Amino acid sequence: MSAVSFDGVSRHFGPVRAVDAVSLDIAEGEFFAMLGPSGSGKTTCLRLIAGFERPSAGVIRLFGAAVQDQPPYRRPVNTVFQDYALFPHLNVRDNVAYGLMIAGQNRADRHRAADEALEMVRLSGYGARKPSALSGGQRQRVALARALVMKPRVLLLDEPLGALDLKLREQMQDELKTLQRQLGITFIFVTHDQGEALSMADRVAVFNEGRILQTGTPETVYFRPDVPFVADFVGSSNILPAPLVARLTGTHAAAALRPEALRIADAGPLRATVTALSFLGTATRVVLEAEGTRLTALLAKGAPRPAPGDTVALAWDAGDLHLMAGA
Amino acid sequence: MPSDRAPLSLKIAAGAGLLFLHLPILLIFVYAFTTEDKSYQWPPPGLTLKWFAVTWNRPDVWAALRLSLQVAAISTAVALVLGTLCAAAVSRAHFFGRETVSLLVILPIALPGVVTGIALRSVFHIAEIPFSFWTIVLGHATFCVVVVYNNAVARFRRTSGSLIEASMDLGADSFQTLRHVLLPNIATALLAGGMLAFALSFDEVIVTTFTAGQQQTLPIWMLEELVRPRQRPVTNVVAMVVVLVTLLPILGAYYLTRGTDAVAGQGK
Repeated sequence: MSAVSFDGVSRHFGPVRAVDAVSLDIAEGEFFAMLGPSGSGKTTCLRLIAGFERPSAGVIRLFGAAVQDQPPYRRPVNTVFQDYALFPHLNVRDNVAYGLMIAGQNRADRHRAADEALEMVRLSGYGARKPSALSGGQRQRVALARALVMKPRVLLLDEPLGALDLKLREQMQDELKTLQRQLGITFIFVTHDQGEALSMADRVAVFNEGRILQTGTPETVYFRPDVPFVADFVGSSNILPAPLVARLTGTHAAAALRPEALRIADAGPLRATVTALSFLGTATRVVLEAEGTRLTALLAKGAPRPAPGDTVALAWDAGDLHLMAGA
Repeated sequence: MPSDRAPLSLKIAAGAGLLFLHLPILLIFVYAFTTEDKSYQWPPPGLTLKWFAVTWNRPDVWAALRLSLQVAAISTAVALVLGTLCAAAVSRAHFFGRETVSLLVILPIALPGVVTGIALRSVFHIAEIPFSFWTIVLGHATFCVVVVYNNAVARFRRTSGSLIEASMDLGADSFQTLRHVLLPNIATALLAGGMLAFALSFDEVIVTTFTAGQQQTLPIWMLEELVRPRQRPVTNVVAMVVVLVTLLPILGAYYLTRGTDAVAGQGK
């Protein structure tokens, strides 16, 4: 049974189709990412699951039960908000214990549960502080503890790492992944950062303009994109236009070619002019132009480096050229 | 480099300004202790505490004081309910004409009291409502609502909408969210607004003259008393009480909202 399933769900705001006939199934225990640019409908989908939005059409099921008419407080899901939404008038312990207080648990029990949850996110001893006295990373952990203490069957995370600096973000990625494995509950998170989605999720749904373009494992959406938008958004693949691909392979379809799959060789099927080089540390990024198409290649350390203006031959393994549906 | 000490001229100017503002009030305090009761003679020929006793034994003072306190309390209560609801609607929901509603709520405080008073009086006349305690309350509520609204709306703007969603996400229904999240977050703003509203109502003269019948609130009583040269210092004693009763809530409101948005709505 799916933890969450959407059946033709739409959410319209006036003439805007924020979510447009989306169907989707998320399995129990899955770490699921909703990836897309801002305004693509991924956050609205999350809010539909939480119950902050009602669908204009379609059925939303949580563990088999239709919930689209249930208010948020009747759904077995909890949310970690993008701005954390910690209650400023309560200290950290009372913030975490809030849901248990509403559920009618007595003071001693809920404080014990809150302290355990704080320990789980490594914030023991911070219970008496006010949220305003915490750093961004600590606030996020409190928000996480406040949701997890409710023992939800599905945890929703809205851009959970968006407000953190790079180092903290990488650390939290690992921690979230570990937590999810330990607890075994379904995590659904929304992000516009494809690196985050690929490194954390078991499965990724790529959103654009209110629709899901592709759902699959990180490897699938990265290496085998269905449509050019996915190829471009998930890690900036080169997209070869259909006429060029037709000449190279005989099949008339657009194709995706990862920057790291391109090699500069003595001989190859495509000739290109180098327009720019940039040094990235572990690799060198080369921007080239071939028959009016802009291409990017990532050259590993040690590979021969061309100079801007050089004309070079490009080669790749036949298996790396991925043909796509759509223009 | 600006010097960290103000120049002498500035200090003198500030001192003169303060004297100008507060000397008359001090004079009123001094006259409360004078032995001379027909005219205000300077310097007072002697000092006495007997006017406090006289005031204490005057039933008309007590009646006026009781009326003023009741009017202020009920106007404030009405304003707290209406002002908070208005503020919640304006800051939470997006509807057509929202800005206009906001302006219309604030407008009464910009209108001269005379206009408000005349307007209310004609409405009471047309609707054939006899003047009573409740017409005074109604008059006062018009400006008390504004003060509460201004304070509440400022606080609502700073209260993130996701707090309400977070509360509901954690299992709280609307009423529990109101009680455990919304009210605690706007409580100090409501207290500050309520105190200001109370103080404004307590010393209001103009609107009251148009909306009261035979009843006298404390400020109206004082105005009448000044015309009659009988036991004049009694008025000064009452004035002292009014100053203190009005000042304390305003100071309280100031301290409660210090460091937050400015407490809007003064004058009237």
